[in-house]
Amino acid sequence: MKSIILTAGARLLVPLLLVFSIFMLLRGHNLPGGGFIGGLLGATSFIVYAIALGTAEARRALRVSPETLGMVGLGIALGAGLIAVFTGDALFTGQWLWIGGDSYETASFAPNSILVFDVGVYLVVFGGILSMVLALEEEL
Amino acid sequence: MTSWFLAAPLVIPFVTAVAAFLLRNSETGRWVSVAGSAAMLVASLLLMAEVLDKGVLAGQMGNWPAPFGITLVADTLSAVMVVITAITSLAVVIYGMGEVPVRLERLGYHALYNAMIAGVTGAFLTGDIFNLYVWFEVMLISSFGLLVLGGTKEQLDAGVKYVALNLVSTLAFLAGIGMLYGMTGSLNMAELALTVPQVENQALVTVVAMLFMVGFGVKAAVFPLFFWLPAAYHTPRFSVSAVFAGLLTKVGVYALMRVFTLIFVGDVSFTHEILLWVAAATMVTGVLGAAAQTDFRKILSFHIISQIGYMVLGLALYTTTGLVGGVFYLVHHIIVKANLFLIAGIAQKAAGGNELSRIGGLYKAAPFLGLLFLIPAFSLAGFPPLSGFWAKFVVVKATLELGHWFVAFLALAVGLLTIFSMTKIWAAAFWKPHPDGIEPSLSRVDRGELVPMMIPVVGLAVLTMIIGLHPEPFVQIAETAADQLLDPTAYITAVLGEEAAP
Repeated sequence: MKSIILTAGARLLVPLLLVFSIFMLLRGHNLPGGGFIGGLLGATSFIVYAIALGTAEARRALRVSPETLGMVGLGIALGAGLIAVFTGDALFTGQWLWIGGDSYETASFAPNSILVFDVGVYLVVFGGILSMVLALEEEL
Repeated sequence: MTSWFLAAPLVIPFVTAVAAFLLRNSETGRWVSVAGSAAMLVASLLLMAEVLDKGVLAGQMGNWPAPFGITLVADTLSAVMVVITAITSLAVVIYGMGEVPVRLERLGYHALYNAMIAGVTGAFLTGDIFNLYVWFEVMLISSFGLLVLGGTKEQLDAGVKYVALNLVSTLAFLAGIGMLYGMTGSLNMAELALTVPQVENQALVTVVAMLFMVGFGVKAAVFPLFFWLPAAYHTPRFSVSAVFAGLLTKVGVYALMRVFTLIFVGDVSFTHEILLWVAAATMVTGVLGAAAQTDFRKILSFHIISQIGYMVLGLALYTTTGLVGGVFYLVHHIIVKANLFLIAGIAQKAAGGNELSRIGGLYKAAPFLGLLFLIPAFSLAGFPPLSGFWAKFVVVKATLELGHWFVAFLALAVGLLTIFSMTKIWAAAFWKPHPDGIEPSLSRVDRGELVPMMIPVVGLAVLTMIIGLHPEPFVQIAETAADQLLDPTAYITAVLGEEAAP
């Protein structure tokens, strides 16, 4: 069933949800949020898209199969944990690089393995939820 | 650096799962899976060597100190279980090269398989009770995927029963964890070992212990919670059912052994007495159930249940000899049972079925296969000099030491009935002529399939022989494991540091 209201609404909702999901992912570093909830929101945006325009259209917009996305995410999360091997720490110990300083307070930019891990979680949740929901919608 | 010995056997299957999934459409995916299993075997042997050398190892993941972070711990029992997991995993993945069709590989068979192995390994290595629940879930989800992969009607039927009953068990387990956390404020197993005895309301502790017993009991398929097992294990591919039969129920037994030696030892005369009679009933019902079956794999499935009884019996006795028997039994049974399921797969290819009334004549066609069947079958029944003899011998000896004459009698009688079931398979599948008058023969099986299927069967049979003929080092390892289980001081200090010693 195609609803013109839903289609028009989806055009606004989908990008908004996607941007908000990225916001949640980044915010999660020190505040409530993070990869899991971000991934859920991201998946929601594509679910709205699939309801409005059909699952085939959603899969086309996604370009990569959600299963692959989820597994790549698992790989990224694992990779983030494995970075610790180079510094001799235990698995999944957070690794920080302070640029322009030497601590959290003074550094102007601090790339770290924790964000990478969160991105991995984001993709796992995003891909996992989407693959289930799309499969269910196609069955029904 | 210690923590990487612990992390490696866990990380490798996950990496393999990701790589195998991304390469699932090409031949390479299969080889990645084989290479991953081999690498895991190497990593687990290194862990084993380290544990035998230095005693209990503990590592804090993410550098969060215990009891706040997730701890991985390997005592001798964990290390042994990880090694045996890796051996089974490698054997089954090689077997799968001949048995798992390309269609299933494209659906992600190897990814699910490796994720399940990771779940099993995680459950053996974790030192955190909630983390144990997480590994159970990883294992459950991926094993459910494996069970229904291919999607035939009976597979889905089996899958639903499997997942429904396992969810009930996880619920009991989770409720237990919640109450335990409420009483002690800790989830770290080593810390629980210290705080649980100090809880004022010991009656409530026993209630929680029963919740754990039910939760793990379903996983281990003990009486009266075993119904899901024979309903599920005969439907998927032989590779899948072999690894299920070998490993999955043993995770439940391992978890029982862990919590009922480390945490819930305050009321041994009550909890372990229950375990003792549960074990006896499990042995008897399993073997009687098997006697009523006529399908190769269903007979073997019921025998898993009856053998689980012996392992739980070893735990229930709660003596060194009993635990030695339990641990030894655990290891021996994983090898033997996985091997029997693998042989059932070859027999099906050669004779065209698994229903005993519809196959036959295998001995004439493939005497070597007959020999390969006899080794694990007699080992299962407990014939000397095979591995099962020593396992049964130690368990029964421990039972007699405590004067449980009746249970010891049951254990021996069940052994006798096991021979009855095995000879039933032997007579029907190997000796009697094929009912359709055709000559089954291994040459009907494609060579490219037969060779990878035979290699692990022979390998596991040799392993059974080695354990049987040269049991001394294995018994010694089992003794170390049993001593560490009975006196958890080393476990606790490895996790929490020297000053925490009770």
